[in-house]
Amino acid sequence: MPQASEPRRDLRLKGLHKRYPNGYTAVKSLDLEIPQGSFFALLGPSGCGKTTTLRMVAGLEDVTSGTIHIGDQDITREKPYRRPVNTVFQNYALFPHLTIAENVEFGPKRRGVKDSAARVKAILELTELTEQAGKRPAQLSGGQQQRVALARALINRPEVLLLDEPLGALDLKLRRAMQLELKHIQEEVGLTFVHVTHDQEEAMTMADTVAVMNQGVIEQMGSPYELYTNPRTTFVANFLGRSNLIKGTVVGREGSGADAAVKVDMFGTLVSIQADRVHTDSKEGWIGIRPEKLLIQPAGSQSDDPGNHFSDAVVISSSYIGVSTEYVLKMPWGQELICFEQNRGVRGGLVQVGAHVDVSWRQEYVYLLDSSQDAEAGLEGA
Amino acid sequence: MTTMQRVFGKNAAYWLIGPAALWLGLFFLVPMLSLLTTSLSDPAGSPIYGYDLTWRVQNYVEALGDYWPYLVRSLIYAGIATALCLVLGYVLAYAIAFKAGRWKTVMLVLVIAPFFTSFLVRTLSWKLILADNGWVVNTLQWLHVMSPDGRLLATPFAVVAGLTYNFLPFMILPLYASLEKIEPHLIEAAQDLYASPWKGFLNVTWKLSIPGVVGGTLLTFIPASGDYINAAFLGNPNTQMVGNKIQALFTTGGDYPHAAALSVILMVLIVAMVMVYVRRAGTEELL
Repeated sequence: MPQASEPRRDLRLKGLHKRYPNGYTAVKSLDLEIPQGSFFALLGPSGCGKTTTLRMVAGLEDVTSGTIHIGDQDITREKPYRRPVNTVFQNYALFPHLTIAENVEFGPKRRGVKDSAARVKAILELTELTEQAGKRPAQLSGGQQQRVALARALINRPEVLLLDEPLGALDLKLRRAMQLELKHIQEEVGLTFVHVTHDQEEAMTMADTVAVMNQGVIEQMGSPYELYTNPRTTFVANFLGRSNLIKGTVVGREGSGADAAVKVDMFGTLVSIQADRVHTDSKEGWIGIRPEKLLIQPAGSQSDDPGNHFSDAVVISSSYIGVSTEYVLKMPWGQELICFEQNRGVRGGLVQVGAHVDVSWRQEYVYLLDSSQDAEAGLEGA
Repeated sequence: MTTMQRVFGKNAAYWLIGPAALWLGLFFLVPMLSLLTTSLSDPAGSPIYGYDLTWRVQNYVEALGDYWPYLVRSLIYAGIATALCLVLGYVLAYAIAFKAGRWKTVMLVLVIAPFFTSFLVRTLSWKLILADNGWVVNTLQWLHVMSPDGRLLATPFAVVAGLTYNFLPFMILPLYASLEKIEPHLIEAAQDLYASPWKGFLNVTWKLSIPGVVGGTLLTFIPASGDYINAAFLGNPNTQMVGNKIQALFTTGGDYPHAAALSVILMVLIVAMVMVYVRRAGTEELL
């Protein structure tokens, strides 16, 4: 636990820019502050610059411009082997000629730590690798190798631990288990973790704060809840979960302060969107709603759901996933919307394809995005 | 059932090993037995009328007693040439593996290119380069690096230089093969774990290239210590190696038993040295 008297050792990136010699700009003037002790995720599709950012923090990539600080210490031009930072590499990069214990001891040995043997023992216990200590990396399973990579970095008690897609090589089941384990270890050791991933579920399960990155810039940053419920760009709306985006025209404002709302006309229906969920100044906008926030009812049945109602939608396909069902609905204005429904059994069965349904949503779940943005942004990565 | 089993039946393995075993038996085992028996025969015979196998161990004592300076000189020259090859070869193999980029293939071809001309011709051309009136000696004399009557040809320097030149590719190729396999991520990981570039090289790159180092030094040292062409063309009577002596005993001397004994001594010596070396390098799996 950081003492109140000690200065905070937050990781701060200011105007961080990376341009490769071939002219490709991977990271564009990135500003980021990661509080000490937090679990931070950089989420984005491949090629968005998240790994380059991580490598610049590690010192494995030169910085074109901008600065990297840990607390007051400027590490922008520091050699990688002098930074208080360690990395868990995507393919683990374990030394094949060394045993597990020797791999883990590599860092402390280079730094001339006295009680390295005791520390190796402790960290192998924490990562449940005591029995593998004498083996070579090639003799271990993927999950075990992953834990060695983690132990080898953690033993140095870095101020910032960088994780580059650390679970990417594991199968789904192991990945889920390791997500919980990583989170647990982070809470136990209390270090700053910066986790790079393209897996939105992984980022959301583990991180306190997620930054969604796209084409070298951070599109939005916040808690997983904030990002999911109130995305600010079409990219975030599509990359993190799924979104229905419908064209609307701003017709006016009402209320003030916390109650302020924007009125949007959407094919004849007036939608009232809270001001803090409106992310455009223009007259036009994308009205966004998450698929599970769409409620459907057989046409004509009495509905007491509050919010906006639309009749005359047709179910054009349904896929049953067990816990839920995904419906594709054709709206009266011709657009197709996705709807996820929990299979709670209230209706006593699935809605048949071709059935006419009434659709409703609560207006407090709706968000308004800039119409100049691509409604399909972020879809290919999801 | 594999395809091989279908074609060759149950004893597929024997059929497949067969040709190579036959080849080795005919061209390695038989000559080896012939060499051993000759080395224990009475030197009173002649190459034309043959030698009587009299189990004359004395041949070995005499060969060793008369020619041990040649053996020592061979090992020293081959040792120096191997060390020079290792230093030159490692730098080049490292550059090809990690720094050459798109020039990698071109550089590898250049390393192998000398093989397209004969060993003999290449060594003879060194004779021209190092000649007393050649441009190298003239330049060095003009620069006063060498005395006016100094020479390069027919010196130990020329012999070792020739050996180094001729066996360098045998060092580079195994080194390159093992360096090229090293994941660049491992070197980054070493840096990330507080190893300076030099420490990272020693602890990761060098350690992982040891199979190449062992392979390369063996491929250089073994043929270099038995070589006689370099000493014959580039040396003088006082720089003769054991290979020259064996060759002389076989051809001009007509003394097959002593030549054979000297060959066996050289072989046993090298095998013993290789075994100690490989065990100490911790690369037994190479044997």
